[in-house]
Amino acid sequence: MKSKLMSLTKKRLFMPLLCLFIVLIINVIKTPDFFSITIREGVLYGYIIDVINRASELVILAVGMTLCISSSAGTDISVGAVMAVAAAICCSILAGGQVSVTAYQNPYLFAVVMALLVGALCGAFNGFLVAKLNIQPMIATLILYTAGRGIAQLITKGQITYVRVDSYKLLGANIPNVPLPTSVFVAIFVIILAQIILKKTSLGMYIEAVGINSKAARLVGLKSTAIIFATYVICGLCAGIAGLIMSSRIYSADANNIGLLMELDAILAVALGGNSLSGGKFSLIGSVIGAYTIQALTTTLYAMGVSADQIPVYKALVVVIIVSAQSPILKDWIYSKKLKATKIKTIKNEVLA
Amino acid sequence: MVDNIVLSIKHLSKTFPGVKALDNVDFTLREGEIHALMGENGAGKSTLIKTLTGVYPFDNGEIYLKGFEKNIVNKSPEDAQKNGISTVFQEVNLCPNLSVAENLFIGREPKKFGNIDWKTMNKKAVEVLKTLDIEMDVTIALENYSLALQQMVAIARAVDMSAKVLILDEPTSSLDDLEVEKLFSIMKKLKEKGVGIIFVTHFLDQVYAICDRITVLRNGELIGEYAISTLPKVKLVSKMMGKNLDDLADVKINQTNEYKSEVIIKTDQLGVSGSIKPFDITLHKGEVVGLAGLLGSGRSELARAIFGADKPNAGKIEVKGENFIAHTPLDSIKKGMAYLPENRKVEGIIKDLSIRENIILALQARKGFANVISRKEQEKLCNEMVELLKIKTPSIDIPISQLSGGNQQKVILARWLLTSPDFLILDEPTRGIDIGTKTEIQKLVIKLAQEGKSIMFISSEIDEMLRTCNRMAVLRDGEKVSELQENELSQEKIMQTIASGGIK
Repeated sequence: MKSKLMSLTKKRLFMPLLCLFIVLIINVIKTPDFFSITIREGVLYGYIIDVINRASELVILAVGMTLCISSSAGTDISVGAVMAVAAAICCSILAGGQVSVTAYQNPYLFAVVMALLVGALCGAFNGFLVAKLNIQPMIATLILYTAGRGIAQLITKGQITYVRVDSYKLLGANIPNVPLPTSVFVAIFVIILAQIILKKTSLGMYIEAVGINSKAARLVGLKSTAIIFATYVICGLCAGIAGLIMSSRIYSADANNIGLLMELDAILAVALGGNSLSGGKFSLIGSVIGAYTIQALTTTLYAMGVSADQIPVYKALVVVIIVSAQSPILKDWIYSKKLKATKIKTIKNEVLA
Repeated sequence: MVDNIVLSIKHLSKTFPGVKALDNVDFTLREGEIHALMGENGAGKSTLIKTLTGVYPFDNGEIYLKGFEKNIVNKSPEDAQKNGISTVFQEVNLCPNLSVAENLFIGREPKKFGNIDWKTMNKKAVEVLKTLDIEMDVTIALENYSLALQQMVAIARAVDMSAKVLILDEPTSSLDDLEVEKLFSIMKKLKEKGVGIIFVTHFLDQVYAICDRITVLRNGELIGEYAISTLPKVKLVSKMMGKNLDDLADVKINQTNEYKSEVIIKTDQLGVSGSIKPFDITLHKGEVVGLAGLLGSGRSELARAIFGADKPNAGKIEVKGENFIAHTPLDSIKKGMAYLPENRKVEGIIKDLSIRENIILALQARKGFANVISRKEQEKLCNEMVELLKIKTPSIDIPISQLSGGNQQKVILARWLLTSPDFLILDEPTRGIDIGTKTEIQKLVIKLAQEGKSIMFISSEIDEMLRTCNRMAVLRDGEKVSELQENELSQEKIMQTIASGGIK
């Protein structure tokens, strides 16, 4: 029994799952009806649904971020700003240059595809700087981090562009007669698609190989430049998707607020998922679990009546605990304490005997 | 203490877990002497220097330094520097983005009213460099100068700070001939000033060009101290290798494979500037060609130039009669080449990936990422390889880092065999591997050659090469100096060629 438990704790996803579990337990204690789900007009409501719904953008960002971190041991801090750019592109195409519209001025699909393309293009820009010019990822992506929102402002001409069309709101809400919010399906779709690409092609293995030992990877014939570049493009694309969802929720492109500080949550999600920020081996599912953990935490704090501007403090506290619980140094320390304790015990026993 | 002795080490011992790195070693350095510290890889040269300068603590022994009444213990390199022992390493450890003057005086800048007195500092910097006949603009950043000049700045700094003992650890490895000349003239100047210099190098010619004495270490033990005139090159080589030339037994196993005439690889003045001078080498089908030479003689560099691991910037290469240019290693792999790198940890294994992934990687890279090898196929291929090479592992799905060194090496071999190469470069395939596995790998090499593969075999152990090679190219100081045919292969001949620079 004990050995079974031991091997379970050694599993890669054990810690992330445990963290999620603990956060959920606290939720239940604080808000007993946390897991209760009600159905109104064919739509599911409840805290847990809210968590899953609100986490969608973060989950999608975390997928892209995981790949960047794995391949380049660096983070893409521009994703929040890229979200704003994608939203701005989509809304201004749909609004056809007006500030607020009640009907699409251009086809919806065209706007979405353009937004995603621009997201991927931003990723390609980052990827070029990191992979080809060998600039430190954080510095390289700092460019779009600062410039991105400005670009979004330029696109929307400094206005908040509203698209007051019901069908535009569907991505961030529920499609009629579907009990779950659309964004949940999008997030699941992204996860599955990413898993398929990583597992059905050898891209996943390539990314890990380059992240672990790029010298050896080069000698076996991998093109690390191309691989790192690809991860940044994927990351940009993910940011584009997340930007569209968030824009749909507020049916507008608010260049100053869409995706604000989300890059930090995305990085955190990857870390909470038990992934090393120094690159290499990764677990996509771990990052996804991390993303849901963060959202669950945020929702809890709101439910507990913590005001929005104080939330970061509490979040930080919890994150410190979770991250240090996973730190190898702390693990070693606990282990050595245990060892000492058993040693002392045996010595005591010997003395007694 | 005799007057002109500046440093004397007595009975120095140092143990690392499981290894006796230094065993009762004595070393004496006199004033104005350039003293070569020689030995093969792992002989204990670096350990001696590192214990002397306080990088590592030592177990036993005494260090006496001129000017100190009692024996001294250096607790850190800074401590050693204060006592008068400075070290300049192969990699310059100065700050490339600071100016030359700043680098010379960092930590001891001349001050005026609490601020750095730039004028005085720059003036003093010029003076310091002038004493060594170096002229450079001291106000611009160090990185604007060549590695050689940077090294000289490092030496100038070391000498200016403490002028008793200067240790030069492989200073010439990345310098060209002219730069080496310049370095030597500086060393001679310091010698005149009475500085004792410990010179660590792999280049035999350089030892004989500049040194007064040689101390030879082998496997952590002192072999002896010799005046340069009493120790000819051949003797030095045999002392370093631990083989007495007189009682060399010929260990060659008779090989039956007659290699065919088909040429697989042919190079025409291929070279990489700064690492290997242009060379010609031809490999036939079914032939094992060994590269002999001391460490740092350019063996790996030659192999890497052919594989395209380092991009050649001179000459041509023909693969099976066709001109070939490798832009990336992938091009070479597609052309049927494989390269097992010298440094398994740094360039071979991908440590967190499983054995299966490590084996499959090269073949997968060759096929392209979309053309994925199915899991089932991967397992089949890997299991075949595990069986063929007798890789000892509980499963092919555990990380490669959990295997022993020998088994890791077999995994890397498996990786390349899976790509069914025509031309296989094995760079030190048996280093750090137990004797049983060594023999297995040697046998495998002969078997692969019999199957028609052409193999380039690099090893520091001459015995091993004699057993496996049909022909041998001898390298020295980054240059291919000679080629020995099958009937000429003997330990004596090889050592003579390494020492003398070949029969021309």
